[in-house]
Amino acid sequence: MQVTNKLSPFFENLNFEREDNTMVINFGPQHPSAHGQLRLVLELDGELVVKALPDIGYLHRGIEKMAENMTYNEFLPTTDRLDYIASTSNNYAYALSVEKLIGLDVPRRAKVIRTMLLELNRIISHLFFVATHALDVGAMSVFLYAFREREFAMDLMEDYCGARLTHSAVRIGGVPLDLPHDWIDNLIKFCQKIPKDIKMYEDLLTENRIWKMRLEDVGTISAEEAMSWGCSGVMLRGSGVNYDIRKEEPYELYGELDFDIPVSNSCDSLGRYRLYMEEMRQSVRILEQLILMYPKTEQKLMAHAPQYISAPKEEIMTQNYALMQHFVLVTQGMRPPKGEVYIPTESPKGELGFYIKSEGEPYAYRLKCRAPSFYHTGLLQKLLIGTYIADVVTIIGTTNIVFGEVDR
Amino acid sequence: MAQHKVDYASNAGLPIALTTADKLINWGRSNSLWPLTYGLACCAIEMMASGASRYDFDRMGTIFRASPRQADVMILAGTLSKKHAEFARRLYDQMTEPKWVISMGSCANTGGMFNTYATVQGVDRIVPVDIYLPGCAPRPETLQYAMMMLQKKIRKESANMKKNTKQRLV
Repeated sequence: MQVTNKLSPFFENLNFEREDNTMVINFGPQHPSAHGQLRLVLELDGELVVKALPDIGYLHRGIEKMAENMTYNEFLPTTDRLDYIASTSNNYAYALSVEKLIGLDVPRRAKVIRTMLLELNRIISHLFFVATHALDVGAMSVFLYAFREREFAMDLMEDYCGARLTHSAVRIGGVPLDLPHDWIDNLIKFCQKIPKDIKMYEDLLTENRIWKMRLEDVGTISAEEAMSWGCSGVMLRGSGVNYDIRKEEPYELYGELDFDIPVSNSCDSLGRYRLYMEEMRQSVRILEQLILMYPKTEQKLMAHAPQYISAPKEEIMTQNYALMQHFVLVTQGMRPPKGEVYIPTESPKGELGFYIKSEGEPYAYRLKCRAPSFYHTGLLQKLLIGTYIADVVTIIGTTNIVFGEVDR
Repeated sequence: MAQHKVDYASNAGLPIALTTADKLINWGRSNSLWPLTYGLACCAIEMMASGASRYDFDRMGTIFRASPRQADVMILAGTLSKKHAEFARRLYDQMTEPKWVISMGSCANTGGMFNTYATVQGVDRIVPVDIYLPGCAPRPETLQYAMMMLQKKIRKESANMKKNTKQRLV
């Protein structure tokens, strides 16, 4: 097989006619279960995969480069398009990095709302995982059921921020809006409903003979390997490593909340699927605690730091200096102090963090997104070897990769 | 000679219905538009949502196909990068005539917010587009409306005319 290097980075002129009884096939970049635009060049011996090379870059949009030419607030909506299944987790990871860079204190109500949105987004993302994973493996009805419930969660998101997919609901310094009327009631209804639905998916899948045959002992990875390949999130916890950034380095309100981190020792796809199900239950548990926290907080939503964050409208309209600062922020953008920052967060897929280097300008000097899917895509060249071609799709599904954040 | 005893003036002319070949063919074409599952980025999620339970694309005769040979419509959902552009064109060429293209979302229409070195600034540089959908990402309702607009467009077309003659890239 052609080995790519810096000078010839693409798989050009692949030789499909071979003497050594192996076959080279091209999987993607348009394969319906390639989760976007993954291209795999697989070398097969009969039905066994001998060699697998993931070829990425089909969704490269230059997002990190764009960040260098945008002010900090301008860049926030672009982070939506990284992991587009869980936009809020990207918004949040980015906003948190900038807040740490500036040294902002976010009001408690904003923290409660943000954590609510993060957990709601985790449910959306996990439901999407169950839906597409089941569809890839061949269970069409689970896809339809999971999408039905996902729409209810999307409704809540839409009620809050007006968008279904690209939320931008978390801003640098807080959240822009308070929860709308009735939102909490709807959330309570959702929290009562979703555990029953999770039970239904489990009834459909967990003991299903076909599902077990397709997932058990497929895509196995030991704890040492998972750690050395840079896995995070469920990929790591599925191999028995109890590591969740929400517990290790608590951010937002996770330090105060009571929840468990499910860990599985089975190291295979079925174990990871069970973890996803359990994590949704834990998210509901977190949401229920947050619902009780919300009424006890003060009205304030944005941090008070007029040189970085625009003051409330009332102040801008009445005080001259606040107006001037607001004008500078709108026309030039905020100027965080010199320095660099990296803060990991636990996105639904794993460790997500933004490294920002600031030179004191309104534009970041360098922004690097540490996306979990990127590492899990690299893992494919290890996971796929020795498996059957029919399991390739299962393994791609179980890694839960999203190409927006792989290619960036 | 057989005597035809059909009264065209009453009972709407039943049991005989008169139509043109164009209308009949376009009726069939427009009511079973099978799109290619061609999800590129964020819009693909909304495309999947339109195919799923709440929005239920199947009731419009729209069933997603994984092979370009079986598809009538190519829904380009998402950012088309320069690396991928070659494949988009190849898939379009593999689709059988008659074929239509829907460009879904700002990225596909114009490059959208990604005005960078890596992104194709509008898929109409690669394939001829019939319908452009605004939005980032367009809601499933938008995609369904686009499908209905496409149906209307097809019903107005001549069934045997080679379409997009002018726009056709050699």
